[in-house]
Amino acid sequence: MATTTAPGRLIGSSVRRREDPRFITGKGQYTDDITLPGTTYASFVRSPYAHARITAIDADAARALPGVRAVFTGKDLADGGVNAIPTGWLLPDLRTTDRRAIAIDRARYVGEAVAVVIADTPAGAADAAELVRVDYEELPAVASAMEALRPGAPLVHDDVPGNLCFQWALGDAERTDAAIRGAATVVRHRIVNQRLIPVAIEPRASLASHNAATDELTLWVTSQNPHVHRLIMGAFVLGIPEHKFRVISPDVGGGFGSKIFIYPEEVVVAWATRRIGAPVKWTAERRESFMTDAHGRDHVSDVEMAFDAGGRIVALRVSTVANLGAHLSLFAPAIPTYLYGTLLSGVYEIPAIHVSVRGVLTHTTPVDAYRGAGRPEACYLLERTMDVAARRLGADPAELRRRNFIPPERFPYQTAVALVYDSGNYVPALARALEMVGYDRLRAEQAEGRTRGRYLGIGISCYIEACGLAPSQVVGSLGAQAGLWESATVRVHPTGKVTVFTGSHSHGQGHETTFAQLVADELGVTLDDVEVVHGDTGRVPFGMGTYGSRSGAVGGTAIHMSLEKIREKGKRLAAHLLEAAPEDMEFAGGKFFVKGSPDRARSFAEVSLAAYLAHSMPAGMEPGLDATSFYDPANFTFPFGTHIAVVEVDVDTGRTTVLRYVAVDDVGNVINPMIVEGQLHGGVAQGTAQALWEGAVYDESGQLLTGSLMDYGVPKADMLPSYETDRTVTPSPVNPLGIKGAGEAGTIASTPAVANAVIDALAPFGITHIDIPLTPARVWQAVRDAKGRS
Amino acid sequence: MYPARFEYHRAGSVEEAVALLGRYEDDAKLLAGGHSLIPLLKLRFAQPGHLVDIRRIPGLAGIGEEDGAIVIGAATTHAMLQRSEPLRRRLPIVPEAASQIGDAQVRNMGTIGGSLAHADPAADLPALMLAAEAELTAIGPGGSRTIAASDFFIDLLTTALTPTEVLTRIRIPVPTSGTGSAYEKYPHPASRYALVGVAAMLTMSGGTIARARVAVTGVGTHPTRERAVEAALEGERATDAVLAAAAARAVEGVDLRSDVHGSAEWRRALAIAHTRRALARAVARAGDV
Repeated sequence: MATTTAPGRLIGSSVRRREDPRFITGKGQYTDDITLPGTTYASFVRSPYAHARITAIDADAARALPGVRAVFTGKDLADGGVNAIPTGWLLPDLRTTDRRAIAIDRARYVGEAVAVVIADTPAGAADAAELVRVDYEELPAVASAMEALRPGAPLVHDDVPGNLCFQWALGDAERTDAAIRGAATVVRHRIVNQRLIPVAIEPRASLASHNAATDELTLWVTSQNPHVHRLIMGAFVLGIPEHKFRVISPDVGGGFGSKIFIYPEEVVVAWATRRIGAPVKWTAERRESFMTDAHGRDHVSDVEMAFDAGGRIVALRVSTVANLGAHLSLFAPAIPTYLYGTLLSGVYEIPAIHVSVRGVLTHTTPVDAYRGAGRPEACYLLERTMDVAARRLGADPAELRRRNFIPPERFPYQTAVALVYDSGNYVPALARALEMVGYDRLRAEQAEGRTRGRYLGIGISCYIEACGLAPSQVVGSLGAQAGLWESATVRVHPTGKVTVFTGSHSHGQGHETTFAQLVADELGVTLDDVEVVHGDTGRVPFGMGTYGSRSGAVGGTAIHMSLEKIREKGKRLAAHLLEAAPEDMEFAGGKFFVKGSPDRARSFAEVSLAAYLAHSMPAGMEPGLDATSFYDPANFTFPFGTHIAVVEVDVDTGRTTVLRYVAVDDVGNVINPMIVEGQLHGGVAQGTAQALWEGAVYDESGQLLTGSLMDYGVPKADMLPSYETDRTVTPSPVNPLGIKGAGEAGTIASTPAVANAVIDALAPFGITHIDIPLTPARVWQAVRDAKGRS
Repeated sequence: MYPARFEYHRAGSVEEAVALLGRYEDDAKLLAGGHSLIPLLKLRFAQPGHLVDIRRIPGLAGIGEEDGAIVIGAATTHAMLQRSEPLRRRLPIVPEAASQIGDAQVRNMGTIGGSLAHADPAADLPALMLAAEAELTAIGPGGSRTIAASDFFIDLLTTALTPTEVLTRIRIPVPTSGTGSAYEKYPHPASRYALVGVAAMLTMSGGTIARARVAVTGVGTHPTRERAVEAALEGERATDAVLAAAAARAVEGVDLRSDVHGSAEWRRALAIAHTRRALARAVARAGDV
């Protein structure tokens, strides 16, 4: 689209998103929008049982239906050379699971695929899927991780004794024990971080087509990281060489982590297209999304936070049981360990921390990264515990936090759980948030309201997150089976127009705008002169994709590095054309000029053309003007901030209304403030929903009771207030752009802010904790129980 | 989300619809907006062989006044109820409740007849019909009959309609002056259906409550008229204490649902709290008249 903007300072301005006109006029190209001649459609037969032996599959009736091309079972895939879907992060002594795209012999969660039907139409495939007769022998199932750890619990995989996939620990156990023993006050409680379901607006989809002439396989798939899909599917699952396998992730309508992973359905369509000699497409129905998209969170934690007599934290001990579901999803082992335990110092100076985590298999949908991925669990645990501690110590929750902040002079700060925070200054964000919300006045209003049965609550959350994932050497040493650098090719065309090929992937983040802002500023061209290409292994260099708030900090820096190379080459070429010394050249406002003589200049377009004409080049310089860079960050980045929620609780019904929401964030330098705000808004909505409405519930037999949008409470705009936001800016020293990342901050900070507010509102009843989601039924019950006690 | 195969019939008249229902019997379903039926078809929970669309039957949609009553055609959409001037003047509780149904798309397609005949236990309009003492007209093979709202809702998704009857119109008496009404709803955060919905219509006379009609939806298998609440109000002065005491009798004897969203006890508390609020608002509005 045309967004005619004069060259100049675009970084830091709220340029409207260039991709939006296409999305809001229905011109987006999502995977399901793509149909090739002769496309056939897959429909999966799924287990209605959480745990069952598959004793027989009779597909004769399905095969006999007109238009049905094939019915495949798990055995057909295995016989056809399809391997198990691997785990991409290996912890020491990790017990991996043999995860098949289609179950063989045993189904291990409700919704696991047991057969696939491929037919000429979607309706025909659905009709035939109903005709596939599967004989099941139902087996005992276990949905709760705590139950799965009990002796005698049904085993999810026979080769994982006790359903225990891993035991992992971090920190100094002895020092922590000693500090807790000697502490003046120890706050102990068990808290649950409930299971969530991602609910991206666009359901997962895949379309595969095999070109028999070139033997090239093309897969269109809803992926946050198409190169990762290609590598793992090609090299490990399907045995297809990478140069014969192209993965395209076109417009993608939201991911929140759930589209990082390799799922059974894309494996099946990619394999089946060659078998039946026609393109095969699958698009999830919403109920399939609920049952099969990787879920998030699902922790039960025992927490001990110890304080000295002055209200300073002296130690934190955490023991967590993480529900991993029925199989290890791609990055499942990393989320409740390295992305969680390492964040348990939060923004606080805690001299001794010990965390141990048990990863447990259950007969439920696999669990993996969901927006924030480990960091929201850590933040919720800390911030909820800080509020419990404040009540116990008789301290104001804001003051207790301030007292325990890592002071600015301690940076770089080595935490007790491995991370080194490069920078941070936490008091200003807290002070600003308290000022914006009018903290003292609100406390007075709260006290007055309580005298007449009005229950206001104020909840504070001071968060930190580690993003800009991640230094490859570090993650490699921790078990990652991949590097976490990013790539960028910047190609300058002879006319001075620019195409950027980024390994990052936008599925809502707005890269086509923010990356263009970066390029336009650094090359002195207009936004319209820049095209951003992503999501196609056939066009962009190998890249790691988008998750972990990494695109700006890591992907943006890779682009910046390529731009520097281009400017450097441009300077040398311009110097040659102007018969000046390269070291005398400057570049500004889209012109290369001789220092002190702005008239002796060549425009960027002139230099671009000269580079491609190559009629006159400096000795040894190659023609052309493009550059590729791979940026591997030296450290994580550490955004932080303070969020404050103000709620009113109707104790007669248990209903919570969020009255106000104040967010002060420090995400470092910002390319596009509007886009950052948008990320925060969405994140706060998601995190508030975890505090109040969302939660995946399984019954004891492993049936998902919240399997539709009629039951599972995703947030809607009218359930939320207008947010009041501000920022402090502490540029990250890690990357040259000073960017930290903003994609997950809202989700991480908001859950404890809202939960703390609700429980603060209930303080007059002596209630110190209720597990999230704080649904009206739970809140009402807690108030009733409290009244019964008093 | 592909329904099983079915045949679609667009009925040109109520008689034609009745004839089609007679011909296909249990294998036919009426389509009157589809916001309950079509999701069931897409999930294949319902697989009727025939759909009889009655939305375009001439004269089946519309709102009129006759003999001290408002008459609403069964194919009238929720959006039409929401915007109707006669309803806003004479029966404001109907637009008040209709505006809280689902979202704008649901209100533009969903119909009052479809909602009542489907009898979802958490639908909004059934409670109104009970409180407003509506009369429902159904046409079947043997002609037309009138069913009082209090006789209409029998059980979960079950009404007094026979399989070959079509609900055609709803007649609601216009309340006498001095009547105030209110609909208090707590929408489920996911579905927007009523976790509880309380319809109250109170007629004040000389400082006392002359007539009280209260009905509750959302908590049991079907909406209920709250006669104990009504009895506790009639003849009393509308003090806070009287309203609270009356509200405390809400959903007495109702078999309350208990599920993943909350316990039966919580639903009772919800019904009582919302009844109290509906009564208070109805009293305040009665004063406005």
